[in-house]
Amino acid sequence: MSEMFCFVFVCCIIVSRAQYSTVYDHNEKTFDKILIANRGEIACRVMKTCKKMGIKTVAVHSDVDANAVHVKMADEAVCVGPAPTSKSYLNMDAIMNAIRQTGAQAVHPGYGFLSENKEFAKRLAAEGVSFIGPDTHAIQAMGDKIESKLIAKAAKVNTIPGFDGVVKDADEAVRIANEIGYPVMIKASAGGGGKGMRIAWNDEETREGFRFSSQEAASSFGDDRLLIEKFIDNPRHIEIQVLADKHGNALWLNERECSIQRRNQKVVEEAPSTFLDPETRRAMGEQAVSLAKAVNYSSAGTVEFLVDSRKNFYFLEMNTRLQVEHPITECITGLDLVQQMIRIAKGFPLQHTQAEIPINGWAIESRVYAEDPYKSFGLPSIGRLSQYQEPLNLHNVRVDSGIEEGSDISIYYDPMISKLVTYGATRAEALKKMEDALDNYVIRGVTHNIPLLREIIVHPRFISGDISTKFLPEVYPEGFKGHQLTATGRKELLATAASLFVAAQLRAQKFLGDLRVSNTQQERRSWELCVELEKGVHMLGVSRSGFMTFILKVEIDGDKLEVSSDWNLASPLLTVTLNGIHRTLQCLSRNAAGEISLQYLGTTFKLRVLSKLAAALSVHMPEKVPEDTSSILRSPMPGTVVAVSVKAGDTVAEGQEICVIEAMKMQNSMTAAKTAKVRSVHCKPGETVGEGDLLVELE
Amino acid sequence: MAALAAVRRCRVLLHGAVKSSFRGSPSQPRSYSAGRLSVQERIERKRQAALVGGGQKRIDAQHGRGKLTARERVALLLDPDSFVEYDAFVEHRCSDFGMEADHNKFPGDSVVTGQGRINGRLVYVFSQDFTVFGGSLSGAHAQKICKIMDQAMLVGAPVIGLNDSGGARIQEGVESLAGYADIFLRNVMASGVVPQISLIMGPCAGGAVYSPALTDFTFMVKDTSYLFITGPDVVKSVTNEDVTQEELGGAKTHTAVSGVAHKAFENDIDALLNLREFFNFLPLSNKDPSPVTECHDPSDRLVPGLDTLVPLESTKAYDMLDVIHSIVDERDFFEIMPNYAKNIVVGFARMNGRTVGIVGNQPKVASGCLDINSSVKGARFVRFCDAFNVPIITFVDVPGFLPGTAQEYGGIIRHGAKLLYAFAEATVPKITIITRKAYGGAYDVMSSKHLRGDVNYAWPSAEVAVMGAKGAVQIIFRGKNNQADAEAEYVEKFANPFPAAVRGFVDDIVVPSTTRRRICRDLEVLATKKQTNPWKKHANVPLAGKKGRGRR
Repeated sequence: MSEMFCFVFVCCIIVSRAQYSTVYDHNEKTFDKILIANRGEIACRVMKTCKKMGIKTVAVHSDVDANAVHVKMADEAVCVGPAPTSKSYLNMDAIMNAIRQTGAQAVHPGYGFLSENKEFAKRLAAEGVSFIGPDTHAIQAMGDKIESKLIAKAAKVNTIPGFDGVVKDADEAVRIANEIGYPVMIKASAGGGGKGMRIAWNDEETREGFRFSSQEAASSFGDDRLLIEKFIDNPRHIEIQVLADKHGNALWLNERECSIQRRNQKVVEEAPSTFLDPETRRAMGEQAVSLAKAVNYSSAGTVEFLVDSRKNFYFLEMNTRLQVEHPITECITGLDLVQQMIRIAKGFPLQHTQAEIPINGWAIESRVYAEDPYKSFGLPSIGRLSQYQEPLNLHNVRVDSGIEEGSDISIYYDPMISKLVTYGATRAEALKKMEDALDNYVIRGVTHNIPLLREIIVHPRFISGDISTKFLPEVYPEGFKGHQLTATGRKELLATAASLFVAAQLRAQKFLGDLRVSNTQQERRSWELCVELEKGVHMLGVSRSGFMTFILKVEIDGDKLEVSSDWNLASPLLTVTLNGIHRTLQCLSRNAAGEISLQYLGTTFKLRVLSKLAAALSVHMPEKVPEDTSSILRSPMPGTVVAVSVKAGDTVAEGQEICVIEAMKMQNSMTAAKTAKVRSVHCKPGETVGEGDLLVELE
Repeated sequence: MAALAAVRRCRVLLHGAVKSSFRGSPSQPRSYSAGRLSVQERIERKRQAALVGGGQKRIDAQHGRGKLTARERVALLLDPDSFVEYDAFVEHRCSDFGMEADHNKFPGDSVVTGQGRINGRLVYVFSQDFTVFGGSLSGAHAQKICKIMDQAMLVGAPVIGLNDSGGARIQEGVESLAGYADIFLRNVMASGVVPQISLIMGPCAGGAVYSPALTDFTFMVKDTSYLFITGPDVVKSVTNEDVTQEELGGAKTHTAVSGVAHKAFENDIDALLNLREFFNFLPLSNKDPSPVTECHDPSDRLVPGLDTLVPLESTKAYDMLDVIHSIVDERDFFEIMPNYAKNIVVGFARMNGRTVGIVGNQPKVASGCLDINSSVKGARFVRFCDAFNVPIITFVDVPGFLPGTAQEYGGIIRHGAKLLYAFAEATVPKITIITRKAYGGAYDVMSSKHLRGDVNYAWPSAEVAVMGAKGAVQIIFRGKNNQADAEAEYVEKFANPFPAAVRGFVDDIVVPSTTRRRICRDLEVLATKKQTNPWKKHANVPLAGKKGRGRR
């Protein structure tokens, strides 16, 4: 124990700089050239390690990705087809050709795409190319929901009590349900994820669930098998990273807490989990390892568990690839997982023993997406990153991204911008760092989910660790509405906007070397301003103290604030000190009419600053009538029209589906906002539409 | 230039209303008897009267229309306490139709004039007062405007006109018309000497429209301003067309269809605040240099996003505004005519603090081709910049002139010549960046080296040639079979910047991300550029002919 403690101490020093503690042994024989069958951040991530290991890299790309970061990073690049993934990144023939053409000895599949495709692994094996991942047997065994459970059971891994197989009738379903104990979950075995899942809390609901699920099983999948299992109420999603070599050795690299999810997609992850005690962690880790050993697993893999409130944990599935959220494990263990995967694929035994795997500090990962968090916690958005600046100036911040300023976020691929990872000796430190990192992250040109991420990490329930996979719907039952200003926050925001306005006004008078600027006009020392924020109007007094233009005194409703900043009007970041408190805001836009958009604590607030005179006169300005949107249906995001369910002249009921838009593999049903007759339809199936495009007009 | 039906109706209405308004407010300081008051009191009373214009009722009516009064507008436009008013005591001199009556005399008449400061810089302003006889133009009104214009010319300072006028003062007849002509003459004389800006904030009809048309920039306020030669009633009676005021001469019409106005703003306040911002871009006169303001944006800032901006396929569009925004200081670009002839982008920006004029083909609209409207839009802007010492930066991605009968019949040859003329004639610093296509005659036109471009750059994606590969191959290899090979050969030879670079027609091939740095350095060097054209009475720019229909 003392030995391990000592090791932890040593690692701490190294890892506090968020670096890997593992050594890159250049004498160890490795591959000469690896092809990365992926794109975006994960392709870049893999290449970074390859470069450290002195391995040449080959990128594959679709034609629209020809200028992508992963292509520029690679030593060689091969175009494997047009934009749609089915024709490029999933195009095995083209990728096999690229391998032959470049002579790559191994392939790293990243995640997604072909990473868990046993056919691909087989074809590689047939040509003598190493697949940096587990063998086909493990992929296949863990890829099947039922088979993986059986193997898990046999390996003495806790599985969710349940039944899978053909259920004769409703009575049998009820009997099974009672054996398991309510609540139970019923679904077709063949259905993936949460699709068609029904929860039953009593016999009656079980009968109903049986009827629906068996029908669906037969009609949709042609497979009668049903899954009835214990429904875990308020579960946490905690997963164990495992690493296994081809010599029968396996390690568990601690857990990742991934409970913060929306639509079954993870948003914020952390390692370790606040919830696990060492015993539970060890139990989970050991079971994960025994499962890996049971399928002769080699490479990195992840065993996902659901954990209930009493720390009972149940096996969910095993992902036979590198996970998106692997960086947080790397941060706390100091291991470079990609390096380990490559070593293992080359046939080397593991470098570490279980006792050498530490938990050093705390790491948090926020998935930064190009999506609108105000629509169902995130609907995809696209665009060109007109300005982009990662907060890498901060210590202990890691950003895994595959884009840069000028990149396009297109409808063809995952809208993830980056994985923002912060690290600290304690969780509080890592969280504070995450706040700073999110505030300093400049993303312009696409809508992004930083407002949501910034709110999650400061939410009292999240801070206390009281989370579950239902966190988002529970905390924001009405949907996410952005940061709600406190009285102090409001004052800070108002004072900043007013000061920014004054700074801009002062600068507008600074003509260099112009002899014709008035000398007789008194330089202004104070301003009476009127600031509008969220429909409230506030009178503010701003004054300059002495000749120091960078310190402004602001008076709001009797309160005095001192606002200082360098007032750099070109920088996207606005660093201000408000009565001694440092804040980083972002000025998203500022125009002559006094409109200022500020990103404050992650959320964008629109303000309008007017002189007292302009504000007084603005009462005379005509109210512009906004377009009545209830009779107009516009596309909420860019995408493809999959189906149009109405035609001109039809009468639709409120809430009735009008059409379906698909974007980034997600189908969104557009519904009528009122009961009315359809005046005209402006879209047809197969058409691409942009955000805000008119789809259907009602009368 | 006969008086108009719409205006006439307006006049009659106002006349009635004016009387009733004063009967209804006996407390107005107007019914005094001169003899009983000291001069000092009379001065004070007149001044007070001048401040309320047509009286509270009319002011309320003006506000009711969503418009500000002439004085409120001036107060918003100028720096606080900087306005110096002239001619507050001037009254109209008409004695017909009962106009000589005391209640029909308003100190200052229907316009407020004077000078003041915008961010400390001198400007002359007139603001027509709709509350006095509907802002109609009397001889006195015109005289007041002429006075400040004359003085603006003497000292070299811009003139801003805030137009809100029903038209000619019909009661004054030819005197009013003479007034217009006096203003027109001054507009023409001041053209190219001091910048002249018109902001249309109400009606502007009949002969009155020609003053804004002669000024350098015409801005409008949405929903409350109109510009037309004849109103909807006359249109109906003459051509039997049914058209609303808004459709005929509203902000949308003039900023998107006719190209008469350069930009429109939401309301009076918006417009005036934007005008202040716009004013900061302008030099005070043709003797003053392009202004330089304090700049926080590093002049050597690299713009990595530009290296991947131009699509690999030369048929794919991109947004030239992305190029412009990322290169100029603080992404601050004041676009002129953003909704008209969108295939060319023009506007003001700053480079390292110094005002520059930006001209760019817009590949996103009609492939960025030059047609009648875009040529005229570009030409007018280039000539403004040249007249007022504003360096011109041109971004070129042009596939050529738009072909077709509509364009030929409309006189594309003549109109295209205007842009060519403007670029050739300009002696201000001219920097050109070919981002992609520079085909055919349009290559020559777009501030090419041959038209005295000072610094001409090509991005690696530049293609300078007579035409695109397909068309060229069809001519060069007419009737030959291996068209595909020929095309490849042509692309290899011409679809790159080398043919222009080896001849020195571009000075360098630059990495796009370094463009801002290069331009800032060049402007510093070119700041002392001196070039004069041969002496002439004036040049003969190809003006004649009707214009084509607007590209919406």
